[in-house]
Amino acid sequence: MQPLYIIILGSLIASCCALLGCFLLLRKMTMLGDAIAHAVLPGIVISYIVSGERDHTAMLIGATVAGLLTTFSIEFLSKKIKLQQDAATGVMFTGFFAIGVILISLFANKIDLDQDCVLYGEIGYLGLYNDAFIPIEIWRMLIILGLIITFIVLGYRQLLMTTFDLAFASSVGIMGALWQYLLMGFVSLTTVASFESVGSILVVSFLIIPPAAAYLITHSLQRMLIYACLIGIIGAISGYYLAVFLDSAIAAAMSVACGVELILIFIYVKLWKERVLSKAVY
Amino acid sequence: MIQQHTEAPILEVHDLTVSYNKKPVLWGIDFTIPKGVMVGIIGPNGAGKSTLIKTIMGLIPISSGFVKIFEEAIDKVRLRVSYVPQRESVDWDFPTNAIDIVLMGRYHKIGLFKSPRKADIDAAMEALEQVKMTEFAQRQISQLSGGQQQRVFLARAIAQDADIYFMDEPFAGVDAATEQTIIELLQKMVQKGKTVIVVHHDLQSVKKYFDWLLLLNMHLVASGPTKNVFTDELLQKTYGGKLSLLSKVGDLLKQHEFPHRE
Repeated sequence: MQPLYIIILGSLIASCCALLGCFLLLRKMTMLGDAIAHAVLPGIVISYIVSGERDHTAMLIGATVAGLLTTFSIEFLSKKIKLQQDAATGVMFTGFFAIGVILISLFANKIDLDQDCVLYGEIGYLGLYNDAFIPIEIWRMLIILGLIITFIVLGYRQLLMTTFDLAFASSVGIMGALWQYLLMGFVSLTTVASFESVGSILVVSFLIIPPAAAYLITHSLQRMLIYACLIGIIGAISGYYLAVFLDSAIAAAMSVACGVELILIFIYVKLWKERVLSKAVY
Repeated sequence: MIQQHTEAPILEVHDLTVSYNKKPVLWGIDFTIPKGVMVGIIGPNGAGKSTLIKTIMGLIPISSGFVKIFEEAIDKVRLRVSYVPQRESVDWDFPTNAIDIVLMGRYHKIGLFKSPRKADIDAAMEALEQVKMTEFAQRQISQLSGGQQQRVFLARAIAQDADIYFMDEPFAGVDAATEQTIIELLQKMVQKGKTVIVVHHDLQSVKKYFDWLLLLNMHLVASGPTKNVFTDELLQKTYGGKLSLLSKVGDLLKQHEFPHRE
């Protein structure tokens, strides 16, 4: 059962990331996803210390708060202090991450957490700590995916409008900041729920690569969301078998598989477009 | 300063100051606009024309003064006010098609958490028809020309069915046919009693297009009916030394009958 569970969890994480990543990509803030993925670390550590155990609810809350705080402080630095957006992002997420690392080393004897675990994760350990029929990680990710789908279905028009034309959206009374923070809240939640499995670096590849590949092959946002999920899921499945074949880290192989998909799609689009062009000439 | 106030204004801007980084970009702007006119906002680059309409729409915070539309704060009357941002302000590679953009104008009529009904789609198609874009409804927006993109923006504004329209440079970078389509449409809207306020660049078409003018260069130089305000002296004041160059270019254009577009 273990391989099936790993593939299911990988696919769930990939889908959550792909859906959110589409909006990050179109808002030209994919690196904010990267920033949040790292900056949730102090949130995780503090909730560890406060709750004194591997309490997932506390961790999710702590990390979401840290993620929102990062988004907020990046906005503050770039809007009020007039630092460039990318510089502000760089300053804030490294700062938050460093605080997290210091906290881990300070409380190393009290908490079961180290940098490697946070940065790289290990999906192979799935279900090792409990013997439930279906591992708790899968349930948790399933609930988060459900929340994200509900969020996107209900808020589709608001997300579309604030992403495409924020000034117009504001002019009809949509609160741009609210939707921005809701989106970032979900990015934080997803990141922290998946860091144990894929780590906070590789989660970024799930956030960026499938949406980027989907963007190349469609002109419709709805289809882009669906394709991105499919590309992510295919990456998770083929990545698992790649890892088995190479006997390597599973999450890394999944992200490599996504990268290969992106390259294949890129080549396909290039060739296809050239064919269309040559047809148009003759 | 020449300034003509109106009885029962549809738009009142009172002693408005707006600043970026504590540096004022608009100073003590004070004017009123009557119902059912076509208004041009004229001034050099950096005069604060876009800032003025963004501030009126409540998109930029006010440092001092106030804005009233239909004698109310903007947040109470958003349903009756339409804003058309500059075409360049959005990413036209966005994965969506023309009709989806126009449907954004029906946001309030569609309602929260619902999808567009047939009535909304019909209204969007009718708006596209008015800008002569029916056959492009399903076209991906990156495959439209600049003029067609501007028409889609205008169709979105029409779909809003507002009473007052603010448009940021709707004629910038569009072809002559589009400019003609747009201006005819705007004039029809004004005849129906709507008020249209346009940020405009081309001084040559001012007299032809607008009933009412705001001359702006961080301060308000003048506001009033075009025939009173559109004078050499006031334009000189608005543009400073730059106007002589502009008018020379204008004369040259007239002499050689260059195609009239930006």
